Amino acid sequence: MSNELDAVLGHRWKKPPLIKRDWLRWTIGVGAVAYLIAAFLTIDVNWSRVYEGLDRGAAFILAFTTPDFVSRATDIRDGLLESIIMTIAASVVGIAISIPIGLGAARNIAPLPVYLVCRGIVAVSRALQEIIVAILLVAIFGFGPLAGFLTLSFATIGFLSKLLAEDIESMDKVQAEAIKASGARWLQWINYGVQPQVMPRLVGLSIYRLDINFRESAILGLVGAGGIGATLNTAFDRYEYDTAAAILILIILIVMALEYLSGIIRARVQ
Amino acid sequence: MPVLEQNGTKVWHRRTRSESLTRWAVWLTGTAIFVYCWQKISEVTTWFFVWDAPRIAEDIWTRATPPRWEYITQLGRPIWDTLNIATLGTLIALCFAVPIAFMAARNTTPSATFVRPIALLIIVSTRSINSLIWALLLIAVIGPGVLAGVVAIAIRSIGFCAKLVYEAIEEIDQTQVEAITATGASRWQVMAYGIVPQIAPAFAGVAVFRWDINIRESTVLGLVGAGGIGLQLSSSLNVLAWPQVSLILLVILAAVVLSEWVSAKVREAII
Repeated sequence: MSNELDAVLGHRWKKPPLIKRDWLRWTIGVGAVAYLIAAFLTIDVNWSRVYEGLDRGAAFILAFTTPDFVSRATDIRDGLLESIIMTIAASVVGIAISIPIGLGAARNIAPLPVYLVCRGIVAVSRALQEIIVAILLVAIFGFGPLAGFLTLSFATIGFLSKLLAEDIESMDKVQAEAIKASGARWLQWINYGVQPQVMPRLVGLSIYRLDINFRESAILGLVGAGGIGATLNTAFDRYEYDTAAAILILIILIVMALEYLSGIIRARVQ
Repeated sequence: MPVLEQNGTKVWHRRTRSESLTRWAVWLTGTAIFVYCWQKISEVTTWFFVWDAPRIAEDIWTRATPPRWEYITQLGRPIWDTLNIATLGTLIALCFAVPIAFMAARNTTPSATFVRPIALLIIVSTRSINSLIWALLLIAVIGPGVLAGVVAIAIRSIGFCAKLVYEAIEEIDQTQVEAITATGASRWQVMAYGIVPQIAPAFAGVAVFRWDINIRESTVLGLVGAGGIGLQLSSSLNVLAWPQVSLILLVILAAVVLSEWVSAKVREAII
């Protein structure tokens, strides 16, 4: 002990390194620098194109100060309405399907075969991104909001079932057992023993997912699955930055409103 | 407790009468909205295509299997680009997110009336717009390519990272900050020795978590022309080369699973 103290005494204090082992620290550092150099060298950037584009970038930023809601008003309104409709319908169906799957994916209430099947569904739904699912569904079901609706429902299942199942797994066993001891059937057991415990979180997550679904519905139009994305894409393609700025501002406002709403509702149920 | 009298005997009910009436009204409105939405969707749907869907799906399946395995030799460079878009995008985003987070946190902001609302506005607006839309915009501005993808991912990630970091800053233990202040440290020293060590684990967790999400997002950025493996996906889709599409989807799936595994391992090690 005194030796250690002697070694330290008289020296200026130095911050201890983040990684204690010298070789590991050096390997990670050198590796990171080497990767960064390699990455920068392999990105080919057409700097003259970037320079030319700066004017357009400035024009776009200026467009935010003078957004044009009027000249494409009907397109914007129809697109937004379609996005909202898709969002609501997909959230309702997605939540309705994800509740039984969430129950099945919770290890403490589901038997092993059911658990494995439900976890498999969750894993597949989470691994595939919305936009890829949308491309496939558009190819199968044709253009239009039905493909977008199915995509969002599918994505909701993976998200909500997983979080619901985790919440059920971490619930208080005592309450559920008390209900069981009173001679409840399986459905009564779920309804009175499990559901009251997970309800606040389920409501919170559902509203959060509604918010995510709206944000995602804005891009589904890029691949022909309905919603505001198609209008936005057209606006960009025609360099109508003021219309694009108007659409973006509307999206941001709706997302902010949804977030505010979900904050209030979550505060009330919890 | 809601107890109702029925034929002289008291019966327990879960809710009082007015409670169940309100619930019933809420359910009715909700169902009406849903039915209206469904009607709107089904109005613009060509149902013939939907009834035909199983045949189409089967047709696509037979075309897409087996995947064209030898095509993988051409995917090396796109995968490398995808990795770069995600990693560089995350790094750039973190550089911007940290100062914004310090400006947005109530306990470290330089001015709660002027700077904080601006920081919050940046966080909200970058967060609510999807990276594909940012990519679309940047392609119009700086031209198609990997750079547009990197910048799109970076902009999209700023809001996400800044939000999580500023929440971590607001939750720090104030006594440590006071102890450092009491030694006579300057404002920057307080930040470096009182605040940063407390948020470092949260920061590392956020960085890895966002990197994982960015790998997912950068795989599809190419669909709008912003580089990465999505470019190959969209060109294969355009020529209806389904065996190539299925191979690319498998590669994307593998990348997503791998990045999730890496991020889970790293976060386990940190926290």
